[in-house]
Amino acid sequence: MTISREDVLRVAELAHLELTPEEAELYRGQLDEILNYIGKLQQLDVTNVEPMAQMAFANVISTASSDVSGHLTDSDLRDDTLRPCNIADAVLEQAPDAAKPFFRVPKVIER
Amino acid sequence: MSSVTPWTVAGIQAALRAKKVSAREIATEFYADIDRQNPTLNAYLALSRERAFAQADRVDVATACGEKLGPLAGVPIAVKDVISTAGVRTTCGSKILETYVPPYDATAVSRLEKAGAVILGKTNCDEFAMGSSNENSAYGPVRNPVSLDRVPGGSSGGSAAAVAAGLAVAALGTDTGGSIRQPGACCGVPALMPTYGRVSRYGLIAFASSLDRIGPFAGNIADAAAIMSVIAGHDENDATSAPVSAPDYGSELEQPVQGLRIGVPEEYFAEGIDIEVKEKVLAGIALLEKLGCQRVSLKMPHTEYAIATYYIVATAEASSNLARYDGVRYGLRVPGATLIEMYRRTRERGFGAEVKRRLMLGTYVLSSGYYDAYYLRAQKVRTLIARDFSEAFQKVDAIVTPTAPTPAFKLGEKTADPLQMYLADIYTVTGSLAGIPGISVPCGTTKEKLPIGMQILGPHFSEARVLQLARAFEKAGGFTI
Repeated sequence: MTISREDVLRVAELAHLELTPEEAELYRGQLDEILNYIGKLQQLDVTNVEPMAQMAFANVISTASSDVSGHLTDSDLRDDTLRPCNIADAVLEQAPDAAKPFFRVPKVIER
Repeated sequence: MSSVTPWTVAGIQAALRAKKVSAREIATEFYADIDRQNPTLNAYLALSRERAFAQADRVDVATACGEKLGPLAGVPIAVKDVISTAGVRTTCGSKILETYVPPYDATAVSRLEKAGAVILGKTNCDEFAMGSSNENSAYGPVRNPVSLDRVPGGSSGGSAAAVAAGLAVAALGTDTGGSIRQPGACCGVPALMPTYGRVSRYGLIAFASSLDRIGPFAGNIADAAAIMSVIAGHDENDATSAPVSAPDYGSELEQPVQGLRIGVPEEYFAEGIDIEVKEKVLAGIALLEKLGCQRVSLKMPHTEYAIATYYIVATAEASSNLARYDGVRYGLRVPGATLIEMYRRTRERGFGAEVKRRLMLGTYVLSSGYYDAYYLRAQKVRTLIARDFSEAFQKVDAIVTPTAPTPAFKLGEKTADPLQMYLADIYTVTGSLAGIPGISVPCGTTKEKLPIGMQILGPHFSEARVLQLARAFEKAGGFTI
């Protein structure tokens, strides 16, 4: 497995990173080495193995609150009730550029 | 070594009740030590004096009025800088959050304060908890108080160093792949990663959501148990917190360990381990046998795939979680002509090298054409690793291993080679992937006096038993074996 400079630039674009040419070259080499290492997972036979999609579920099934099949029961779910939050002002205080009640950003739509 | 401060949770409670000292005097003493030592250690990034003294005064008024004190009344505690503190700057060790002041407290923090604890300040860490040496902090590395030219471990290096240097009685850290246990080992202090879901993460700034956990560093096991009893338990503000009640860990601490079966997996003593670490941890296991534990040899065949699995799962989740730092809602903004340009410039300037590297890796393994080969496969191997543990726990009550393959390394020793740095977590990522609890306890030192850590892992929600074993080990002199 080798990762090309084009791959690195494409991934940087997806990750919204603007790499310098030096960074792009450095990461190409390092990612190449890391990908070679993690490629060892290809050695394993994972046929019929379920992916572990989340942890919380695996924990809850070891408790008495779920049914025998391991599925969540209604008693595991909280009531769907509204609770006031009222922190909009405090949150907007942290914004680099706020025009209450909005965050201001560069123009997105061209007319 | 353990902590150098004479203060413990129980000691502070007794001294306050006997009116030998006030909470304000204790806090003053700790701040004086911090002012003296922090310029060298760089363990704290921010001090919350005003809030700490206000809390200390509340405790002192309560004492004067003869009110019942909380279980952590007057206890000075440090908090890792990825955990939100209302009104106290929280940077995650990153330039991108250099000016961020959270509008609310993490549940773990508010529970500590409700129990009377005095929050001294925020501790240094690897940027967004990504690292094993604390050298990825945008605010400079932490020095190991045991040996100043060495790293304190990471990512919770500041919390471990603060406790080891006596600059806090206890500290909160976070563990995603070893970030509590490995610095605990490097600095020679007990360090507990609780079960996934045991401690609320409300207010923890996310790195990898299927792995992140909050847990304590303390000078001794009783103090770690006291902190756990306060922070553990369900929180309706965290949907991933387990609806399982938490016991009083302190009252169960002295339960006998005789007859417990402890598993020793051969894969954790294979190639790559430092010879002195191996000898001391084997001596630690022999001590547990002397205490009546029964040693069982184990094979955990998927151990060698854990680092690869971890660095796929953790970076994939990080690439999603850290997408929120785009210059719109908080933290740094670098202006750009278009929205996308603003995002890119902000992230390029705001993130450090390791964070960018992991965001690149995480984006790559999730990208079209690679998802099945990397991310999906890693999730399947994670199932196999978790199965190794659930099968082992059919045969044993706990598993004992080294915490890290080597003692604390020198500052700068591994910074040029990311993969070598990742391998520092080789014995800790397994428990992280499986969601189980684990503690690192001091287990003697090398000839150069560098601390060695022994890890005790247990099944889900078995913190009480893990702490009992750690306490029996401590009582029998294991920390200085």
